[in-house]
Amino acid sequence: MKPGEIPRLHPHLRFQWEPAQEAYVLLYPEGMVKLNGSAGEILAVCNGERSVAEIIGLLTEKFPEAPDIETDIIDFLVTAHTNQWLVSD
Amino acid sequence: MTDRVGPPLWLLAELTYRCPLQCPYCSNPLDLQAGARELNTEEWLRILTEARELGAAQLGFSGGEPLVRQDLEDLVSHARGLGFYTNLITSGVGLSRERVSALKDAGLDHIQISFQSTDEELSELISGSGKAHAQKVAMARAVKEAGYPMVLNFVLHRHNIDQVPEIIALAESLSADYLELANTQYHGWALQNRDSLMPSRQQIEAAETAVNEWRQANPGGMKLFFVVPDYFEERPNPCMNGWGSMFLTVTPEGRALPCHSAAALPIDFPDLRTESVSQAWYESPGFNHYRGEDWMQEPCRQCPERDRDFGGCRCQAFALTGDAAAADPVCTLSPHRALIDEALIRAGSHRQRPPSPLLFRTLANSKDLIASSGGL
Repeated sequence: MKPGEIPRLHPHLRFQWEPAQEAYVLLYPEGMVKLNGSAGEILAVCNGERSVAEIIGLLTEKFPEAPDIETDIIDFLVTAHTNQWLVSD
Repeated sequence: MTDRVGPPLWLLAELTYRCPLQCPYCSNPLDLQAGARELNTEEWLRILTEARELGAAQLGFSGGEPLVRQDLEDLVSHARGLGFYTNLITSGVGLSRERVSALKDAGLDHIQISFQSTDEELSELISGSGKAHAQKVAMARAVKEAGYPMVLNFVLHRHNIDQVPEIIALAESLSADYLELANTQYHGWALQNRDSLMPSRQQIEAAETAVNEWRQANPGGMKLFFVVPDYFEERPNPCMNGWGSMFLTVTPEGRALPCHSAAALPIDFPDLRTESVSQAWYESPGFNHYRGEDWMQEPCRQCPERDRDFGGCRCQAFALTGDAAAADPVCTLSPHRALIDEALIRAGSHRQRPPSPLLFRTLANSKDLIASSGGL
């Protein structure tokens, strides 16, 4: 992941908060992935306008206590691209 | 019991049993008349609202052919407004470019078109319509152009499973995002036609090889789903991920079921015309019947795998053994496994025999079946 890349949700996916599951989920044709807490927080700020650097800055500010947050964010963004949850131009 | 039960996450709305096609593996019940008194628009809107409030997030509009409901766009729009991910499961017959875009405007997320074959002739033999195949191809293109994710579904059986390489090529040429190669499940109409539909083990293996070779040659390409029919496995499927654990089906008449085949079981299921979705899901005897493990018999009762497959499918156990609480006879630990092996042996020898005629899913055949069984 390059700091200037701008990840956005794959156009075939929907991302939303589900109160009954107390979790963010990804919805796609006949399928649903329940996201863990950190995955949900990261995807929630991937709005197709923020760069990777801005995403890291925003989440570091929001979770100052989290150790190695930058590595965790980049690892997740790579996985999310591999899973085709996120796409970048 | 309610404190341990999670909410329904998936809702399958069977809007109607009416359908222009007559596929002999149809998942609708043998008694098609049981769908004649369809819920009206207001009743469906209330059911959708209540299911969403409980936590259902995935919604399938199915049938029969759901497009015959003229209020489909209203139901989609309401469901999308509630936050459902809305899937339309259709034969494509009755679809038009205008309706594809009207449904898009209403908020529909996805259209799945089911195919019978890659060629017109076999498609007509199976569906009873000579025009259906060309219509499906045209509508698949329209769906893609409208920006929906495209899912093509082929129900596989001995007459079309050898076409898997051609099926994959057709899906690729239509730029499908997902291809479901769904082997026939032998319930209801398909069970009536089992000897005529069941592929041989060699056919299954050849199809699976074609799928795996394509996947290796096309990493990152369209997503292919291929599930081996449970008859060819040694353990049953974890049916519906456990009875009443996340799936809720509502029939055209408003009957709430734990799966679309469960109407055939000798159990009273709740009527959503008179009960709320919450009452039906959490409190009804029907939904609590096979929750947990207390109902299990040997060999499931002490089986270390019981939390993995939940004893398999209750409908299959009932249809083949007469006892819905028995182990799914697909399991090699079941005392009834011989019933499955006999069917497989007949399937393996079918090339030496002329195929038995198919019993098509028509209202006339439905009435004959019900009359001859004294009611099912």
